[in-house]
Amino acid sequence: MRADLIQLVYLVAAVCFILGLKWLSSPRSARRGNQVAAIGMAIAIVATLVDRSVIDYTWIIAAALVGGSVGAVIARRVQMTAMPQLVALLNGLGGGAAALIAVSEYHAHGALGETSLGGVAAVSVMFSAIVGSISFAGSLVAFGKLQEILPGRPITWPGQKVLNALVAVAILALAVWAALAVDDPILWIAVVLALILGTAVVLPIGGADMPVVIAFLNACTGLAAAATGFALGNVLLIIAGMLVGASGTLLTQLMSKAMNRSLASVLFGAFGGGNAGGGSSAASGEALPVLEIGTADLAAQLVYARRVVIVPGYGLAVAQAQHPVRELADLLGARGVDVTFAIHPVAGRMPGHMNVLLAEADVPYDKLLEMEEANPDFPQTDVVLVIGANDVVNPAARDDPSSPLHGMPILEVDRAEHVVVFKRSMASGFAGVENLLFHDPKTRMLFGDARKSLTQLVQDVQDV
Amino acid sequence: MGLVTELVILVLAAWVGIEVVSKVPQMLHTPLMSGTNAIHGVVIVGAILVLGAAAGGTVETVCGVVAVAFGAANVVGGFVVTDRMLQMFKRRPEPKDGGEA
Repeated sequence: MRADLIQLVYLVAAVCFILGLKWLSSPRSARRGNQVAAIGMAIAIVATLVDRSVIDYTWIIAAALVGGSVGAVIARRVQMTAMPQLVALLNGLGGGAAALIAVSEYHAHGALGETSLGGVAAVSVMFSAIVGSISFAGSLVAFGKLQEILPGRPITWPGQKVLNALVAVAILALAVWAALAVDDPILWIAVVLALILGTAVVLPIGGADMPVVIAFLNACTGLAAAATGFALGNVLLIIAGMLVGASGTLLTQLMSKAMNRSLASVLFGAFGGGNAGGGSSAASGEALPVLEIGTADLAAQLVYARRVVIVPGYGLAVAQAQHPVRELADLLGARGVDVTFAIHPVAGRMPGHMNVLLAEADVPYDKLLEMEEANPDFPQTDVVLVIGANDVVNPAARDDPSSPLHGMPILEVDRAEHVVVFKRSMASGFAGVENLLFHDPKTRMLFGDARKSLTQLVQDVQDV
Repeated sequence: MGLVTELVILVLAAWVGIEVVSKVPQMLHTPLMSGTNAIHGVVIVGAILVLGAAAGGTVETVCGVVAVAFGAANVVGGFVVTDRMLQMFKRRPEPKDGGEA
């Protein structure tokens, strides 16, 4: 009877999770959705605590208190710019927990005197131990790179792919062995190798590929949690883990598509190593002219414009210029200029990151346009301000089949009447590709720190 | 519960997950990731079962304690930070009657 009741509570929790995700479809209901999911989690945890198989509470309470308070403190303190690191860290913790449960389950099978695991137990325990460990190590490395504890540039070494493949084969062999002959140390070695593999796979990945990697690791942890569900015969873990697995997989696909990179090329080939040479076609004309503009002239142009679109890139966040840019948008809006923000899917260090940063700076979300919404309106736009973005507005991605960026969907700002690019210097973007937009006769460059330029621009707009 | 039933549940969950998540706008992809992050913290349920049932075995206790702590940090941190982000998404900062000429 009691067991049935717990299953029912788990069902309610699963419905809460699904509702929570469903309500994320609109910013209006999203917060309520997250709260419902949190309530679902709370009742699932309470129901589990009163499960009669739980006999000892001391350790549970102590560990949950410590973990919960650490999580709460970090989540309250974290800067919005550091969100990718936090997501990577939390993701790693989830993966680690799944792996530890699998290791413990494996030990329990051995303690019961089993000499080999049955099919379901073998696959689920091994999957969650290994994928959980890969996700744990990979996420921690991603965290280290994003937090700049580790160098953000790709770290490569000779024979990388061959070594990784050998380690992967060794892990599989050990997993099969551990399933056929139950003995703790075999699984432990497999777990250690999985930790090494997770580290080795993420270390060579550069900072700008992080959106794909984080989404991928998110999917891994979800699937590891689902596998844990099979190992423990727990339906809630299966449902919740699979929901996350599906979400992570979908996001990985979206991100890869937005960057025009396959997941395989992100995971197995460091960008710039393979195809940076392809950019030489554009680099041949080194002495291409660029035209500059000052903030006073730009201010006048903006005030008399009807429609202005701002294209923010990660450079905007690096320069901490979200607040001045919002001020500028407000000022122009008050003068009757239609100002919107066009956001490329990979702007920032994780999917949707730029939207969060602008929302934090009080930009209303109905001013934030996705790429598909923004592109048709560029021909009717008077001025586009490109701030700290480069590759995502490079027309070569659309026009030049020889460009390494070719095929990547871009914001077609070159179709607007005027383009102003805020940039520190003439350095090329992450992909190391020359951007012909900067040399377009309708483009003006505004060199310098984005925050300073925007603050000055706000001043000048007030003076017009 | 039988394996087939569990597999049916798995497939249906994947289906529902894809349906629901594909409707989330790009604007909310970061909260989506941190929110799903919190949801996979549900492994804490498994960790509690493992640790609670531990008859004093060292491996179970050590693994269980760390797993519960990890899971708790994952769940609490994930939901709290998602809530922090989502409360920032506002339609208009203040209802000002600006120049809509």
